[in-house]
Amino acid sequence: MANDVFFDMRGIDKDYIMGGEPVHVLKKINLSIDEGEYLSVLGPSGSGKSTLMNIIGCLDTPTAGEYTLRGREVEELDERELAQLRSREIGFIFQNSQLLPRLNALKNVELPLIYAGIPPRERRRRAEAMLERVGLSDRMDHLPTQLSGGQQQRVAIARALVGNPSILLADEPTGALDQKTGAQIMALFQELNDEHRTIIMITHDMNIAKHARRVVNIIDGEISEGRRDADV
Amino acid sequence: MFKSIRSAFVMILECIVMSFDNIRGNKVRSFLTLLGIMIGVTAVITLISTVSGVSGSIASSFSDMGVGTLTVTVTGSDLKTGMNPDDLAKVAALESVDGIVPSVSLNGRVSYGKTVETNVSVSGKNAYYFQLNDELIEHGRALNFIDDDNRSYVCVLSKEMVDTFFFGVNPVGETLYVSGLPFLVVGRYEEDSGGGIAAIFSGKPNIMIPYTTALSINNSNEVNSFTVYLADGVDSEAAKTDIENLMDQIFDFEDDCFTVTSMASIEETMNTMLGMMSTLLAGIASIALVVGGIGIMNMMLTTVTERTTEIGLKKALGAIPWQIQIQFLIESFLLSMFGGLLGVVFGLILSYALCHVLGTTFVLNGGAIALGVGFSAAVGIIFGWAPARKASRLNPIDALRSI
Repeated sequence: MANDVFFDMRGIDKDYIMGGEPVHVLKKINLSIDEGEYLSVLGPSGSGKSTLMNIIGCLDTPTAGEYTLRGREVEELDERELAQLRSREIGFIFQNSQLLPRLNALKNVELPLIYAGIPPRERRRRAEAMLERVGLSDRMDHLPTQLSGGQQQRVAIARALVGNPSILLADEPTGALDQKTGAQIMALFQELNDEHRTIIMITHDMNIAKHARRVVNIIDGEISEGRRDADV
Repeated sequence: MFKSIRSAFVMILECIVMSFDNIRGNKVRSFLTLLGIMIGVTAVITLISTVSGVSGSIASSFSDMGVGTLTVTVTGSDLKTGMNPDDLAKVAALESVDGIVPSVSLNGRVSYGKTVETNVSVSGKNAYYFQLNDELIEHGRALNFIDDDNRSYVCVLSKEMVDTFFFGVNPVGETLYVSGLPFLVVGRYEEDSGGGIAAIFSGKPNIMIPYTTALSINNSNEVNSFTVYLADGVDSEAAKTDIENLMDQIFDFEDDCFTVTSMASIEETMNTMLGMMSTLLAGIASIALVVGGIGIMNMMLTTVTERTTEIGLKKALGAIPWQIQIQFLIESFLLSMFGGLLGVVFGLILSYALCHVLGTTFVLNGGAIALGVGFSAAVGIIFGWAPARKASRLNPIDALRSI
C-alpha cells in the first residue's frame, strides 16, 4: 500500500468475549477518508460506534483487517508506538471536555505537548496561540471550574488542536452542552474544517451529524454511507 | 539522543510540578500518609543521635576516670572475706602499681547542733585519692596517711554539706557527728564537676573520711572493692596478671575470690550493649518505616483508582506508559521524601532535647540524617512502584469508559 494513504480501513473486525460468548462488535468495516474531510459517524448506542472511535483513535487495535493512517499500518503497532501515533496524528475531543481540574486552561492545552517532549517556551507559545484561535485569550489562567461548559469545550478543542494532528476525533462534542452553545461549537468545527482540518465526529444525534459534509451510519457494527448534507 | 534526554528531563520537571499540585490537592490525606514515614524517620534519627551521644559521653567519662586503672572486686573465701589494709599495702607496693583507692561507703545520719541530715552518703577514702585529685580540696587540708594509719575521726565536707551545716561559718575546726561519732572537719571540697552520666557512675559523696575509720564504723577490717592506679607506661594486662598472682597468694589460691576488671573492658562491654540496643531499636523504628511505606502504597493505589479517567485521558493525549509510571513514582517519592524531611527535623529537635535532659553532648549526626532521607526515598520508590506500574498498564479504553 502506498505511503501517501491518509486514512483507509479495509475489512475491520472487532470481537469481544462477553460472558464467554464472542460478540462481533464491528463487522467488515471499510472506510476511507481524505485529508480535509468533515465526516460524522452516526449511530445509536450499542451500534459499535465507540469501538470504531477507539480504533480510529489508535486506542485499540482491530481483531482483523487493515487500518492505514498516514501510511502507517496501525494494526501492527505496539502500545508505545500507538501512543506516539496518537500524540502526532489524533486530537481527541470528549463529551465532557475532560480537562484536568487542577490545571488552568493554558496548562491543560499544554498537556499533549508535554508528552510529545516539546520544550516549555515553545509549548507555552503554541498553547497561547491555540487558545487565541478558539477565542479564549482572556481566559488562559482560569481553572476549568471557572469556565462555562462551552468555554471548557473550547479549551478541550484547543488541546486537541495544539499538537497539530492529522485528525480531530470528536466523541459527542456537544452532548453536554445546551443547544445555543452546541451551535457555537459546531460553527467552530465548520471554521476549522474550512481551514482544511480533517474532522471525524461520532454522534447519535442526527441534527449534530448533519453539520458534517459526509455522514456514515453505523448500525449493529456495519456501516453504510449516508446521504450527503447537500442532498438533504 | 540529546533531545530525548532533554525531553525526559522536561517531562520529569513537569511531573514534579503536577505531583505537588496533587499532594496539595489532598492535603489531609497526604499529611496522614506521610505521617507514618515521618514517625519512622523521627524515631530512627532520635535513637541514633541519642545513643551516639550517650556512648560518646560514656566514653569520655571512662577516659576521665579510667585511663590506666583496674577495678578489683573481692568476694572472698569462707576464711577470708576481703582485703585488709595490709593486703592493700601489698598491692600498692607492686612495681606496676602507682597506688590504690579503696572504696568503702556507708549511709549515715549526720548532725551538727540542731541540724540533722539522714541518709548522707559517706565515703571512705585514702590519702592516695587526695594525692591523685590534688585540686579537689578548696579550703582546709586533705586527708593524709597519718589519718589512714590512726583511724582518725576527721572528715572533709562537700560544698553542699558545708552550706547545710555551716552556712556562712568557717567549718574547719568544727565537730559534727556521723552516726553518733564525733568528726573534726578539716577541709571542704568542690563536688565532682563531671556531672551528667559521669556523676551517676562515680557517685557523689557528701562527706569523705579515712577509709580505715569507715571500716571501723562498719565493724570490719576488710575492703571488698578498690581501684588500682597503674604506674606510668604499664600495660594493663601485665599489671592485671601481677595483681591476680599476688591476690591468689593472699587468698591461698582459692578459686573465685576476686575479679580484676580493666576500665577498657567495661567500656567495651558497655559499647557492645549500646550497639546492640541501638540496632534493636533501629530495627523497631524501621518497622514504622515499613508501615509508613504500606500507607503510601495504599494511598497511591487509591489515587490510581480515583484518577483512572485522568490516566486514560493522558494516554489518549499521547502519554506513553513510561511517562504515566514516572509521574506516579515521582508523586510517591516526593510524598515519602517530604515525610522523611519532616522526620529529620523532628528527630533532630527531639534528640537535641533528649541530649539536654540526659546531660550529654548533642552531635549533629550526618549519617543518621543520610539514613533517614535515604530510607524515605527508598520507601517512596519501592512502595510507589507497584501502584505506578498499575497506572501505566491501565488500558486507555477501560480508563476512558468511566467518562
